[in-house]
This record gives sequence, structure tokens and C-alpha cells, in this order.
Amino acid sequence: MATLDRMARTLLWRELISGFGMTLRYMFKPKVTINYPYEKGPLSPRFRGEHVLRRYPNGEERCIACKLCEAVCPAQCIVIESEPRADGSRRTTRYDIDMTKCIYCGFCEEACPVDAIVMGPNYEFAAETREELFYNKEKLLANGERWERQIAQNLAADQPYR
Amino acid sequence: MAEIWSGTIWPVTITVFQILLIVVPLLLAVAYVTYAERKVIGAMQLRQGPMTVGPYGLLQPLADGLKLFVKETVIPSGANKVVFLLAPMVTFILALIGWAVIPFGEGLVLADINVGVLYLFAISSLGVYGVIMAGWASNSRYAFLGALRSSAQMVSYEIAIGLIILSVLVTAGSLNLSDIVRAQETVWFFIPHFPMFMIFIASILAETNRHPFDLPEDEATLVTGYNVEYSSMAFALFFLGEYANMILMSGITAVLFLGGWLPPFNVLPFTLIPGPLWFILKICFVLFIFFWARATLPRYRYDQLMRLGWKVFLPVSLLWVVLTAGFMVAFDLLPHTGG
Repeated sequence: MATLDRMARTLLWRELISGFGMTLRYMFKPKVTINYPYEKGPLSPRFRGEHVLRRYPNGEERCIACKLCEAVCPAQCIVIESEPRADGSRRTTRYDIDMTKCIYCGFCEEACPVDAIVMGPNYEFAAETREELFYNKEKLLANGERWERQIAQNLAADQPYR
Repeated sequence: MAEIWSGTIWPVTITVFQILLIVVPLLLAVAYVTYAERKVIGAMQLRQGPMTVGPYGLLQPLADGLKLFVKETVIPSGANKVVFLLAPMVTFILALIGWAVIPFGEGLVLADINVGVLYLFAISSLGVYGVIMAGWASNSRYAFLGALRSSAQMVSYEIAIGLIILSVLVTAGSLNLSDIVRAQETVWFFIPHFPMFMIFIASILAETNRHPFDLPEDEATLVTGYNVEYSSMAFALFFLGEYANMILMSGITAVLFLGGWLPPFNVLPFTLIPGPLWFILKICFVLFIFFWARATLPRYRYDQLMRLGWKVFLPVSLLWVVLTAGFMVAFDLLPHTGG
């Protein structure tokens, strides 16, 4: 009986028909892909993209050169050097991130006591050379200015869960 | 002088014009078949397919063609240059000259010869030469293995195709393709010959080396098969040849089983659409089956492929020829003799 059943299935193309029916049904389903450079998917407020260094609204740098991020970084891609400034506050003279080493774990932004280093929503920073991905302080601060609005919103949205 | 003009030059000019009238739209169709394939398979896999070049990616085939055109033609140093360059031309030319006998409508055929089916069969058999020349002349193991597989496969399935065509011919009583279409005015042959229609579809998939029988182009074991050493325009010719062959095979299917240029019902709304348009619609339908099969079925193993061709399709189609012939004789239905 089992043999007969199997033979009937083969001769009546049961698998073939169900398979072809399946692909035909799928053809009319909504597509799961988006037209990427023109359409983009939603991002979580916690999305860990390109790093930025933020400033306070009065223009003062947030970073106090505590070097917690440098210490916690598992890829050791952050290098910080600091000096006391003329007014006595400690500030960084050098803040480099090697983006080719970074593993985007987000420990740096979690370690930061003053929300100075934050991973922003930008993920389109591909470059043609390695050197362009060795970010220095100027680049990170410039990123901060560029993405501040979005980052402030994201931080506010994520605040209840922190 | 006038005699040469009316006797030779003028008819030749007309024929050349007719050839261009077939070949130019055909090449355009080939380009857009590649686009349609990518769109259909994309839709079945819930993707969008080409979208970037032009609106809805409609200029993608032109971009692809341009890309192939500006690339460097690489000829391997160990290759037999003449045969290496001849092979893509053979494939491409053979894919085009089959169209000479395909009737697009009542009387719309370039060469209305009375052995049209035989001619088509000969042309599609010669297609093996392009493949095996390419594989041999490349002087590469992958290409050679691909060519061996491809030619074995094409030869095997041609026998099944021949027997299937035979049962159609017995029913139609003619080797002329226009007569075969006219014989389907009462009922299209895919209804009485339904199992043969299905086997024919499977066989043309194998004959054109398409999924699920695309073993000659098996990426995993053969890199890409017989055309692995080809680049630039030589590759483009293979590519165009493959797709032109697909369209040709779809055309043959439409003529043999789907009633060629005939509308499905000979009543008013259907008869308004001109015959050639019906023929093109039927070709599109068969091409859709090609894409559909590619999106649905996984690739056959080589021994399964051979088993299917020799142990299933061949005996079944042979049996069907005997049954058809027996039926026609028993009920005195043979055209041109009994009736």
C-alpha cells in the first residue's frame, strides 16, 4: 500500500504541483527587500553605528579624558592623551579611534560617564582607503555636530531603559 | 540587367529585410528575457530584482550588454584560437537560424518549407557543436567536463523530444509547421497529448541546459561549465545564444502544443487580438515556465538526469507514439489517408 501510495504521488506529480504552487503564491506576496539606497529600513535608538564625540549645548566638549572607554575597549582601538587645560580642567589632546579595528560592541558609550562618546545612527561611512577610517578628535567632533539632533533624540528615547 | 534586378537582387533584398524584421526584435527580446527572468525569480524569492538602472531597472539589460562589450576578450594561451572563437558564433547563429521556419501567423513565415519540423530538429541537434567546441578549445578541465556533460545531456533529451514530436506529427499529418498549427483549430495538441506536453517542457529545459537540468553550468562542481574561459563579447554570444534558444524552444512548444497563432476560442473577444500577438503571448507563457522551474526546483544529480532521460522519458514517449498511432489507425482518424 505504501508503495502504491508513493507511486501514485510520483505519477500524479504531487510534489511537483505543490512546489510550483508554492513559488507561484510567493510571487504575489509583498517583497521583503527594500530598494536600499533610495529606501532605508528603520533603526533602533540603540543602533551602534559610527562614533561621535558630543559637546554640551554651550559648546564645551563633554569628554573629560577619564579614559574609561579606552580601558574598556576590547579591540583596543581607542587612544587618548590628555593634559590639564589653562582653566585647570582635564581635556583630551588626542582622541583617536581606529574604525578598522572597532567591533561596534558599544562598550565605550556605555562606559562613558558624561555621554561624550556615543555611537550614532550613521552606518554609511565606507571609505576607499584605510587611512580615512583612522578617526581623530576633529573628525569625531565634526560627526558629533552633524548627528547631534538625531543622537539627542535617540538618547532621550532610550533613557527609560538605561 | 532588369532580369537580374527582378530575379535576384529584389527577392534577396526582401528576404534580408524579413530576416532583419525577425532578428532585431528577437535580440531585443533576448535582452528583456534576461530582465524578465531576474524580475520573476526575484518576485518568487520575495526580492525586487534589478531596480537601479532606469525606472524599475528597465535599462539593466543595456547596462549589462555595455559592460560585456567594453570588457577585454581573453583567449587562453593553450586554447585553439580558431575553434575557441568559432564556438560562440556557432551557438549564436544556430539559435537564430531556427526562426526561419517558425510561423508567426497565417502565412507569416520566412521559409514555408514542408519539412519545417525536421529542419528545427536538425538545428537544435547542431547546437551541441557550439558547446563541445567551446569546451574542447578552451583547453581547460572544467570547460571540457562541462561540455561533455552538456553534449551527453542534449543528445539524450533530443531522442525524447524527437519521439514526442513524432506523436504530434502523427496527429497533425504534416511536417510543415503552419499545417501543424492549422491542424489544431479544433483542439490544441496539449490537451490530447497532455503527458507528452509535460515531458516536452521538461525536455526543452534539459535541451537548453536550464534549471533544474543546468548541470553543464554547475557552479559548485564545474565553476560554470563549458563557457568558463570565455569573457567579453564571446561570453555575451553564448549568453544571447542560450536565451535565444530558450525563446526558440518556447516558440516550438507554442507551435506544436499550444496552437501557434490560434486564439484559445474562435469567438469574438479572442479573435480581435491578431495571431502574431497570440503567438508571442504563448511564447511568454512557456518562458515563464522556464523561470518558474528555475525558482522552484533544485538541480538534478547527473545520474538522475540520465536515468530520467533514458529510463523514463524515452520509454514513455515511445509508448505514447505507439498508442497515438494505434488509436489513429483503429478509429480511422489518420489525416490525408483514412478520412
